[in-house]
Amino acid sequence: MKTWKHAAASLAGAAALLAAPLISHAAEPLKMAWVYVGPVGDGGWTYAHDLGRKAAMKALGDKISTTIVESVPEGADSERVIRDLAAKGNKIIFTTSFGYMEPTLKVAKAFPKVDFYHATGFKSDKNVTIYNSRMYEPAYLAGIIAGHVSKKGILGFVASFPIPEVVRNINAYTMGARSVNPKITTKVVWVNTWYDPGKERQAAEALIGQGADVLLQNTDSSAVLQTAQDKGVNAFGWDSDMTAYAPKAHLGSAIEIWGGYYTKVAEAAIAGKPLKTTVWGGMKDGMNDLVSISPNIPAAAKAVVAEKAAAIKSGKVQVFTGPIKGSDGSIKLAAGKTLTDKEIDSVNYYVEGVEGQLPK
Amino acid sequence: MPLRLPFRLIPRAQPSQRMLLIAPLLAVTLTLVVGLGIFAALGQNPLVAFRVFFIDPVSDINGVSELLLKASPLCLIALGLAIGFRANIWNIGAEGQMYLGGIFATGLAIHFHENGGPWLLPAMILAGAVGGALWASITAFLRAQLRTNEILVSLMLTYVADLLVKYLVYGPWQDPQSNNFPFTVSFSDDALFPVLMNWWDWLEGTRINLSLLITVVAVPLAWLFMDKSFVGFQLSVAGLAPAAARYAGFSEKRMVWIALLIGGAAAGLAGVTEVAGPIGQLNDRWTPGYGFTAIIVAALGRLNAFGIVLAALLMALLYLGGEAAQISLQLPKAISQVFQGLLLMFLLGCDVLVNYRVARRMPANALVNA
Repeated sequence: MKTWKHAAASLAGAAALLAAPLISHAAEPLKMAWVYVGPVGDGGWTYAHDLGRKAAMKALGDKISTTIVESVPEGADSERVIRDLAAKGNKIIFTTSFGYMEPTLKVAKAFPKVDFYHATGFKSDKNVTIYNSRMYEPAYLAGIIAGHVSKKGILGFVASFPIPEVVRNINAYTMGARSVNPKITTKVVWVNTWYDPGKERQAAEALIGQGADVLLQNTDSSAVLQTAQDKGVNAFGWDSDMTAYAPKAHLGSAIEIWGGYYTKVAEAAIAGKPLKTTVWGGMKDGMNDLVSISPNIPAAAKAVVAEKAAAIKSGKVQVFTGPIKGSDGSIKLAAGKTLTDKEIDSVNYYVEGVEGQLPK
Repeated sequence: MPLRLPFRLIPRAQPSQRMLLIAPLLAVTLTLVVGLGIFAALGQNPLVAFRVFFIDPVSDINGVSELLLKASPLCLIALGLAIGFRANIWNIGAEGQMYLGGIFATGLAIHFHENGGPWLLPAMILAGAVGGALWASITAFLRAQLRTNEILVSLMLTYVADLLVKYLVYGPWQDPQSNNFPFTVSFSDDALFPVLMNWWDWLEGTRINLSLLITVVAVPLAWLFMDKSFVGFQLSVAGLAPAAARYAGFSEKRMVWIALLIGGAAAGLAGVTEVAGPIGQLNDRWTPGYGFTAIIVAALGRLNAFGIVLAALLMALLYLGGEAAQISLQLPKAISQVFQGLLLMFLLGCDVLVNYRVARRMPANALVNA
């Protein structure tokens, strides 16, 4: 009832407000905006970005003001949304999905005084900066756990789009598992979407039906993990800590941590020295991690994961270190060498142990 | 045991033609009234929210341009669909026909990337229409020759078309410089609809392009075809009274082919206007589902060419308003879907009451006692 009284009261004063401008000018906080590909409540990718935004708000208080637009399709609509945000006076705009790359570049040309930050793409410009997270590092650690836990030696991976960002996570997961048990194989199902809990669930069921007993996904919802619990197998959380969705099946969550980066970008802009170098952060930089590792995994797995995590954080170990064999048996990288960032960012093959063909 | 409601619906012998036209307006009004209540319940000043949602998005020339850019493909597809819907031929696969339009046009754009000319864009437009019509012809053939259900076939073919787009942009048509990301090269200028601001300075900064002309021409053509031509009359008769149409000797097969080919061609054209318009390339996620939204637009527009124009503008405005409400009022995205849902529900509700009257049902025990 209160809301309706409130409604009546606001109706009364509405005429005056209609004429008033919507945005008031008190202090001048730095206006920042985020464009999200999914809903904030996806519990995964977009949720992680929104946690990052909230962390920046908490750190900087009224020095910044933020706006979000969620579930923006990656087609012609995104250009309008990004342009609109720039036209409405936002000085920093984060576009948080690969499909926003071309629209972001187009709008950036028209708004040279606005700084754009695009997540996971590869084209930058004077005022377009790329940032991304080396999720293959926690994916590798998840693989080590999977290698210890899997009884059948078959892992499952629910994958979104066959782009390098996803392919390398499949590879890292498989390499991690095979570092423990060289006979392990990974089955992959492509769902061609970032966020569709229904499709993600179907894919997980298909994998479990084919014998996979430890699942990982590179999609944005918690559906795969929940399906695993329903079917009595194990799985991981991805992008955000998903323990609460399926505590029995959950072995750990590979999470993104954007708060530090968003805070840094804001601070640099406030100081008048905008951050414009490409950031591709990993566990070392505190931009991702494998967290909430289940207490039920074997002690040996705990020890190896802790050791590898420390080595990755200190920079001593690189995930993509040779020898790396492709799934067709060819040598992709000689022993002792490591893949360069450019090679990691354009990977177009499965490593040995991943079943099937990469969609072409 | 079937549910016994205290009232029942009795078909009206002669539904009021006037009310049939007023129903969409009534539905819009009811949607707005309920919408104001929702805004209030969300703790917003309803009138401010109303202004942000429905007026601000089109309060400047850029907003109007965006509205037209969004409404144009919706309108084009809905016009094509309406022709079939009038004859009770339910083409649900406009989305897939739109993909094929995009694919055919992109094929030309890529093949003549280096050596285009002023002929390239018209060729792409033609190819897109042919592509959409060809895709629809599969449905037409199966329906006309084998009497399969066109709803299922056209819908299923949409998923096939989607996979075809994905195959192309991940495979043979992928931009070599794309780092394995799924898109083609950006089209050359010859393969793009010129933006209107090239000619008129007052449109500076807007994205509206020459493809609007296709829709502007299509509207009166569709009206002439549907309401003034003999074939259009045949289609309407086939829809309203199939037995009468058969008795009059109208060929059902011919109707199926005409309806689906026109619907497919229109959707294919809309595909060209997108890939050669604001997107400028083919990628694996270039349409926000225009082919499906257009079904609502056609229904809302009463399968009438001019009604469809208004319906397309309204649908486009709901999208833009939803974005504005997120940006200015921090309202959730779901609000625009709520509006779309309300609109459709009220329209269907009004339709029921136009076509049926509500009569009280005698209580079941009343009969026993009597």
